[in-house]
Amino acid sequence: MTTLPAATERRLGLVIDLDICVGCHACAVSCKEWNTGGYGAPLADTDAYGPDPSGTWLNRIHTFEVQPDTGPAQIVHFPKSCLHCDDAPCVTVCPTGASYKRVEDGIVLVNEDHCMGCGLCAWACPYGARELDPLAGVMKKCTLCVDRIYNGNLPEEDRIPACVRACPAGARHFGDLGDPSSDVSQLVAERGGYDLMPEQGTRPVNKYLPPRPRDAHQADHETGPVSLAQLAEPEAKGFLGWLDKALERIG
Amino acid sequence: MHPAPSIVLFTVLSGLGLGLTVCLGLGLGPNEGLFRWIACALALAVAGGGGLCSTGHLGRRDRAWRAFSQWRSSWLSREACLMAAAMAVFGLYAAIWCLGGVRYWVLGLTASALSLATIHSTAMIYAQLKTVPRWSVTPTSALFLATGLTGGLLASGAVAGLVGAAVHGWWTALALVVTIGVVIWWQTSAAGAVRSVDGSTMETATGLGFMGRVRLFEAPHTGSNYLLKEMAYEVGRRRAFELRRIGAVLGLLVPLVFSVVALLVGSWLMVLALAAHVAGTLALRWLFFAEAEHVQALYYGKR
Repeated sequence: MTTLPAATERRLGLVIDLDICVGCHACAVSCKEWNTGGYGAPLADTDAYGPDPSGTWLNRIHTFEVQPDTGPAQIVHFPKSCLHCDDAPCVTVCPTGASYKRVEDGIVLVNEDHCMGCGLCAWACPYGARELDPLAGVMKKCTLCVDRIYNGNLPEEDRIPACVRACPAGARHFGDLGDPSSDVSQLVAERGGYDLMPEQGTRPVNKYLPPRPRDAHQADHETGPVSLAQLAEPEAKGFLGWLDKALERIG
Repeated sequence: MHPAPSIVLFTVLSGLGLGLTVCLGLGLGPNEGLFRWIACALALAVAGGGGLCSTGHLGRRDRAWRAFSQWRSSWLSREACLMAAAMAVFGLYAAIWCLGGVRYWVLGLTASALSLATIHSTAMIYAQLKTVPRWSVTPTSALFLATGLTGGLLASGAVAGLVGAAVHGWWTALALVVTIGVVIWWQTSAAGAVRSVDGSTMETATGLGFMGRVRLFEAPHTGSNYLLKEMAYEVGRRRAFELRRIGAVLGLLVPLVFSVVALLVGSWLMVLALAAHVAGTLALRWLFFAEAEHVQALYYGKR
């Protein structure tokens, strides 16, 4: 049945630190690489070397510019994948029972042997987290690397989602967000992690950590440019200062 | 949203066919031999054909039968189950009426109720999507029901015209007037149903509103993708006004005039009224999809 469980035993998910992400796309590439050979149908590309390349991705990196009321704009790199919502609208709309949320860990998955590719779940998702594969004709989405995180054949440090493993900056964290004592839950509490589009009522498990406030150099553009030469050669004081001034007079 | 031809045809044809089963099930239309054969065949063919059209856009058509399984949670599944039930009960009603000449009212009313529920379920597939305000904050179910029932009355009148029987008099004109009212009601609410109507903006989508105004600096990929083709469809928007005018004139005004004139000139005019109605409704239904905006496109800088 494509009804949602009342509660899940764990709430596995990602915490993405927008303060740290450098927008290198390594997580997206690593995701594509792992998932095209892992769970379910491969992630197809069409016209990959032609004029109009397109393909299925489970993780896409957007880059936004945020313009405050005063001061310069700030660039924020923004990775986006399935948020494994508690009230996932993609699950309840599914007519075939292919879409489901697991009771044991809260992961939202698609049973690709039952999916008929109607695309209604992709329409129901406010985040654009689901993509219909053009070749396999079934819905693809982030599995939270369910074939890695429980995989006893992998070394222990690899039993995390491919995107988290690949991130060179440490901007992605994986853990149980249902356990208030977990590292990820504490990180969210400490940094004020938030939900995307809370008004849609989906109650996402994944959280985003906001960029930290910038250092307060903002006034510079009002007082004029800083003399860089002065910064490089700080004004000498004491005997050296007297010598510096004396030599300047002689010179 | 991408107006897939299969979905436009599915919603228009199944609505029309089911509207006709509602009319016939309620006992409308003459009892003449030829009328009942043609009308019943038309209802089953159009509603059933419309239902089959819905499989046109599926990625895996061979698994369409699985859509009958999730009626407890999914409107699409409910639609499939109710459609099959409506077709089965109406088929039995039609067989007894055509072969035995008896309109068994219990079966007729059941078929009518199931058909109405099916049209409502079709509408709810779209109206349930909070992600598409143009469908969820507007009276979409009323729009589909009014359009389907009016189509059914027009189809019944057209068949009566074909066999030279009398039409329903003023009922069709009345239904058209009501439908025009519902279309204006829907269109008025749709005019304000932009992406941000439920409070979703680029700021809430990214959560970065506390820092300032958000703008897309760089999209994830230089090319297009499924999300943009399916949920950020913008082709043909420029001609939307003209198309809506054509749709309203052909789909509603021409049939209204013809159904009144048919009372004086002859019921054959109802055939033309039905043809105009179907053409106009297809145009309006195409716009129903093409003009709908999905909140997901906020991540692609479409406010």
